[in-house]
Amino acid sequence: MYPALSIIFFTSASGLGYGLAAVLGLGLLDPQALATKLAHVLALCLIGGGLLSSTLHLHNPQRAWRALSQWRSSWLSREGVMAIATFVPLTINAAATVFYGKHLLLVGLLGTLGAAVTVYCTAMIYASLKSVQAWHTRLTPICYLLFAAAGGSLAGALVAASGNAHSVVLMVMALVFLVPAWAAKWQWRKNLREAVPLSTPESATGLGGLGKVRLFESPHFNDNYLTREMGFRVARKHADKLFVIAIIAGGVVPAFLVLVALAAGHAIWAPIALGLALLFHALGVLTERWLFFAEARHAVMNYYSR
Amino acid sequence: MTCLPATSTPKKLGLVIDLDVCVGCHACVVSCKEWNTGGYGAALSDQDPYGADVSGTFLNRVHSFEVVPEGGEIVAERGQARLVHFPKSCLHCEDAPCVTVCPTGASYKRADDGIVLVDEDMCIGCGLCAWACAYGAREMDLAAGVMKKCTLCVDRIYNETLDEIDRVPSCVRTCPTNARHFGDFADPNSNVSIMVAERGGYDLMPEQGTRPVNKYLPPRPRTALGSAPTLPQEDTSDATGFFGWVDKMLDRI
Ligand code: SF4
Ligand code: SF4
Repeated sequence: MYPALSIIFFTSASGLGYGLAAVLGLGLLDPQALATKLAHVLALCLIGGGLLSSTLHLHNPQRAWRALSQWRSSWLSREGVMAIATFVPLTINAAATVFYGKHLLLVGLLGTLGAAVTVYCTAMIYASLKSVQAWHTRLTPICYLLFAAAGGSLAGALVAASGNAHSVVLMVMALVFLVPAWAAKWQWRKNLREAVPLSTPESATGLGGLGKVRLFESPHFNDNYLTREMGFRVARKHADKLFVIAIIAGGVVPAFLVLVALAAGHAIWAPIALGLALLFHALGVLTERWLFFAEARHAVMNYYSR
Repeated sequence: MTCLPATSTPKKLGLVIDLDVCVGCHACVVSCKEWNTGGYGAALSDQDPYGADVSGTFLNRVHSFEVVPEGGEIVAERGQARLVHFPKSCLHCEDAPCVTVCPTGASYKRADDGIVLVDEDMCIGCGLCAWACAYGAREMDLAAGVMKKCTLCVDRIYNETLDEIDRVPSCVRTCPTNARHFGDFADPNSNVSIMVAERGGYDLMPEQGTRPVNKYLPPRPRTALGSAPTLPQEDTSDATGFFGWVDKMLDRI
């Protein structure tokens, strides 16, 4: 699948934003601290920015409001509805924190729940497509949720450390989410590599009974919308390298830096280590998201021998 | 509404495509584009139409596949490889995933005849339905920014201002070899149902669970050139007169 930058940025930024918002909703951070107030604003900006960027790939964005109507059948519609509904508790709690230095626990928890459901809806947009075999698995929403949780915990720990609070809970949470996130991703990619293709050129044409099917002439000699949108190919050796980079940047390095921060206690090293951890994690997730699209093969490519 | 009709539609309009007959002339591709660029909804645009990178929106495309039996030889007409021309347009699936993913309600399946359509005034051009279709039957029109797909020529088949013979999809009307047939699959006695029953019509990618309405008829078995009977020796012994003389003279040289 074509890795459109607007969608990659959207899923990564809103994933981190919702992760942070979910952590803030738990009320583990001091609402009086400036860092916490800024974090609330940052979470809303990440979510809002992500949503805006996702409208960039619409060809008729002026009608985007219509996308809220079909929540009965469409995960994309559900995502839109949930994103807007979740803004309510998130904004109320952010306002209470920023202006009154208070955390509203019930509203906060509602925001946490909304954030988790929204991320789940985003993942299900992809996981519900049978035509893209690699995406059509329970592991897709699991990965999305775990990555959001890991990023959110890292960001939360950074916020706590910047407010000169040493949040062992959040750092442990970051570790607890980072490990299964990358383990699930590892398994996800193993499936992508090793699964027997659901559809083949033989099943796509129904000519398997006659023999092996190979494209002889494509419909037109240039690329078309289908091959551009769904025929993206990435060289296997590059994909392997990028995946290793993603794991190291997004998993190994942040985990190590969290351990450093844990050891550093209240020293200035703690926020620096956590800041770097978050930066590396974000880069790792961006790479992972690029591969999520670039490596996934669409069933229609059976008609194009790609 | 992007929920699918709750019950099976009373009519199931669709196409039968005969892979034994199609010669890959692309006439249906051209007639489809011609009819649909002026009919229902936005025109089917082309990008860079006179340049080297020309591409455009098509609702029907013809692929050509080479099919080689195991251990088969690929030596033009003498080998065992076969060339199969393969027209493909929307199959108007009964469990159409393209419909249920649509967030706006632009995509829908008609409850009375099962035709899958896009209401272009509601389409935001998100492209998700094209991702959901395993068959590549939906294409975004890059000029209008809305999703285009085969309408089964809904503006022809019910159009009483046309002669009756023309009230079929444009591709069906155009095909010079009669490789495309239009009819109602819900009626077991319709032309298309009978053809499917007699020739073993089948679904594309049944494993995708979409239950396509359109069916394909397989190519008939081919007789290899080598096994064709040789021409019988001609007997010219009854030739008389001038022709008899010519026959004899030609035999001599
Ligand atoms: S062929 Fe594709 S576009 Fe047509 S109904 Fe089936 S899934 Fe939808
Ligand atoms: S491109 Fe249009 S028809 Fe397709 S899913 Fe999006 S809004 Fe619906």
